[in-house]
Amino acid sequence: MESDKKLALVFFPAFDWAISPTHPEREERLLYTQDQLIEEGIGDIENITMLRSDIAQSKDVEKVHFCVPDVESRVTESHLIAAGSAIRCADAVMKGGFDSAFALIRPPGHHAHTVVYGDRGFCIINNEAIMIEHMRKENPDLKVAIVDTDCHHGDGTSDIYWNDSNTLFISLHQDGRTLYPGTGSVDEIGGPSGCGYTINIPLPPGTSDEGYLYVIRHAVLPILDEFKPDIVINSAGQDNHYSDPLTNMNVSAQGYAQLNHLLHPDIAVLEGGYSIEGALPYVNLGILLAMADLDFSGVKEPDYCRERLQQSRQIDEYIRMLTSRVMENWKNRKTIREQLYENKSIVTSTKRIYYDTDNITERQNRKYILCDRCGGLEIIESDSDTHHSILAVTIGRGSCERCVNKGYSLYKNASGRYTGVYLHDKVNDSYLSKKM
Amino acid sequence: MLVGLDLGGTHIDGAVIDDGAVLKTIKREVDPDDLFSTIWTTLSDLLMPFDTKDIDRITLSTTISTNAIVEQKIDPVGLIVACGPGITHDFSAISPTVFHISGSIDHRGIITDPIDQEQIESVSKKIVNEGLDHCAVVTKFSTRNVEMETRMADYLEGKVSHVTMGHRMSGRLNFPRRVNTTYLNEAVYSVFNNFADKSSAAMSKMRLDVPLNILKADGGMMDLPTAQEHPVETILSGPAASLSGILSLSKIREDAILLDIGGTTTDIFFLADGVPLFAPDGAVISDYRTLVRAVYSVSIGLGGDSRVKLVDDKVHIGPEREGKPYAYGGPAVTATDAMIVLGLVENTDDRHLSRAGAAVSSVGWPSDASVEQTAASILTQMARTIKETTDRLLRNINERPVYTIKELLHEKKLDPRSIHIIGGPAKALAPYLEEVYSLECHVPPFFDIGNAVGAALSNVTKELTLTANCAVGILSVPEIGLTEGITEEFSLAQAKARLFELFNEIYHIKEQDCEIVEESCYTMVRGFSSAGKNIRLKAQVKPRMIHVMKEI
Repeated sequence: MESDKKLALVFFPAFDWAISPTHPEREERLLYTQDQLIEEGIGDIENITMLRSDIAQSKDVEKVHFCVPDVESRVTESHLIAAGSAIRCADAVMKGGFDSAFALIRPPGHHAHTVVYGDRGFCIINNEAIMIEHMRKENPDLKVAIVDTDCHHGDGTSDIYWNDSNTLFISLHQDGRTLYPGTGSVDEIGGPSGCGYTINIPLPPGTSDEGYLYVIRHAVLPILDEFKPDIVINSAGQDNHYSDPLTNMNVSAQGYAQLNHLLHPDIAVLEGGYSIEGALPYVNLGILLAMADLDFSGVKEPDYCRERLQQSRQIDEYIRMLTSRVMENWKNRKTIREQLYENKSIVTSTKRIYYDTDNITERQNRKYILCDRCGGLEIIESDSDTHHSILAVTIGRGSCERCVNKGYSLYKNASGRYTGVYLHDKVNDSYLSKKM
Repeated sequence: MLVGLDLGGTHIDGAVIDDGAVLKTIKREVDPDDLFSTIWTTLSDLLMPFDTKDIDRITLSTTISTNAIVEQKIDPVGLIVACGPGITHDFSAISPTVFHISGSIDHRGIITDPIDQEQIESVSKKIVNEGLDHCAVVTKFSTRNVEMETRMADYLEGKVSHVTMGHRMSGRLNFPRRVNTTYLNEAVYSVFNNFADKSSAAMSKMRLDVPLNILKADGGMMDLPTAQEHPVETILSGPAASLSGILSLSKIREDAILLDIGGTTTDIFFLADGVPLFAPDGAVISDYRTLVRAVYSVSIGLGGDSRVKLVDDKVHIGPEREGKPYAYGGPAVTATDAMIVLGLVENTDDRHLSRAGAAVSSVGWPSDASVEQTAASILTQMARTIKETTDRLLRNINERPVYTIKELLHEKKLDPRSIHIIGGPAKALAPYLEEVYSLECHVPPFFDIGNAVGAALSNVTKELTLTANCAVGILSVPEIGLTEGITEEFSLAQAKARLFELFNEIYHIKEQDCEIVEESCYTMVRGFSSAGKNIRLKAQVKPRMIHVMKEI
């Protein structure tokens, strides 16, 4: 079996790393996936190439995050390797002659926000965002769409690209009213410069393949058609699976394979998924075959039973309504933006972010200073119960000279009440930090 | 006394070794139409001066199975496969008589869909009706649970002359490779067994009452009865013999490149800290990817008799071979002609020299060069071609994926510090390789019969693979057809003890002669509490060089 679609696979199971011995994010998580892939002879399929992982550098992380106090004290080697593996995938697609790439890696990353005090939702740094910013080093105007199909809201990725209209973020997840992290309602649609380019599709518990694929066909694909991204990335969490111990959805390996077949992502990056024996071996195989344009019809869990997974009529109906609401928002994004942000010069918001894995609470004020000529500035004031209090200034890509100067002056003149001050100047690709 | 014989494509080499000294060597041409008599006449000539009572053992590297596969002179095989869920492999390209059956095993070794008795009966009937005498039975994940293959094979017993079960071929995962390996084992079963029977008869006729061993692709050997059950393991033993030859003739402790330069091809091997690199998954023969444990070897079309030609003002050597070197009456200029011009070949006369000179001059490159300069340029180019290949292979080897943080951060890369060459043109080419690589280049003694020495000095290699899934209570050691129950408390220490016990029980090999080469132990979790271990072990007979050559 072969096709002419060249797929790169970067498999990094991190067999020597766990959050804790019985934590779902532990050494054996990808062991059974590895068994299945080896037994199926994946390594001998002509159009699939296994690539070695790589390790990301602090400067790669600093293009996305403000780690407090710094990258070295927050990020472990395993996280840097996961991010480095995603970068390896990006290089394979952008300049390695591959049609697509799959980063089958752990630990995951999509709950990691712009500011990082520790581990939340098993994530410390955002693998996809680090990968995207790596691609933008050589392609600054790259239009990227991220479709997050993890069962949990991709709140970290959403936070990072909240104000960026060049990065479309679509998250399909189990409704936040029923699952961690709780966010991701249809009304969360992005900041002043990125209004409408954050799209949340919170699905009801019990959604099966049918419902999931309906949303892909009737919302995700039409939106992508219109957005016309240069690159489509799938945050490929596998916890919508009917056997997942942490969630309540009914998606099967076939559903995941068909989803990837429809979506045709250029790069897929593994996120969550903790049914490590009953789901992951089959879901990963299904995704891999779909991405390599190979026959995936035989991929099936041994205990798969279509009748048992059928979603209710109510769910059908709910998903149809939800989809039309999402499409409404998308179509009216300009009008909504005008209503929300017209004639404003400063937009502020506050949020409380809980780091469940490390038990840390962060309080954050975010201020967007809008500008007629450019995307303006983003200023984060944040403190946490780890006794840090920081100011972080981001000068957006394409900012005007006045905003750039203003950003530097804010950094320089920051008051002594902070423990650390950070500046990320995307115009000149420069990252500064000082401890106070 | 140890006797080694290497049956190659064109030559058969033999060596008799005693107490670290080579007592006698022999080199003959192979009669491709009668390999059997080639072997036995060479052997009787080799052993002529010796008392057969002094012989401890004879080890033979043979191309019997390799040739049968390459030339497709193999038996038809009824291939019975259970693909189960996952990739629906086709396999019709391997055998025209494939029978897909239902039934499946998952990665844990749990039978998730039992094999259907009616189907067993109907498939058996078809096989008998089609007159198939050989069967190969393979199910996905049979290395985790041997029961389904065993049931199918048991039913076929007596209905066909022989059946090979997939799990007996290797403990490693890789279903398509297991299918290929099992199929080939059965396809060469009769060819090899005929040869084995004739060999035993020839030995009794010669009153040779010593063990006959067969060399394997991993450089180790097996006794004849084992080879008769695993004939597929005799494939590609030639390159393995070359490698063992170099190893027994040299003391190498560092990373190194090993070359066997012949008339038409050069075989390339690598050592990491003196230990040979193995093919990552298994040997590949004639498009069949197998699970046969094999030394990593890459053969390129470049040797003494390779044709030299000028393309776009650049000299190319090989891959084609048109015949003998021009100096010996061949049709075209070859690398050997360049060696003759430079006086690097023994037993050449003026006629050879003048023909070689004419041939080399005809290349006309570089312009205004003397015939000696052209000859030297040809050999430099030959060394460069080898280096380009080894550089590429090393890049791939050092780029192979790793799966732990420790390996990714700390594993050293392969970085050869020396080169070791055997084969006819070895001595002539060594200085050129030395210059191109800037590495020391060694040509061991007996460099032209290294293969036979390697065969004579080889040792038994055996592997057992154990997987214990304590959460579901299944332990399996596929190579010996074992699947048994275990409790949730089963520990890593118990697993190791069981493996050593099996080595002793089945192969009569003591614990101190075995070693664990792969070991992993994971805690399995149900909900948020542990539910036993997942243990994977691989043990082997300790490799040893009992007979190191004295000269070195």
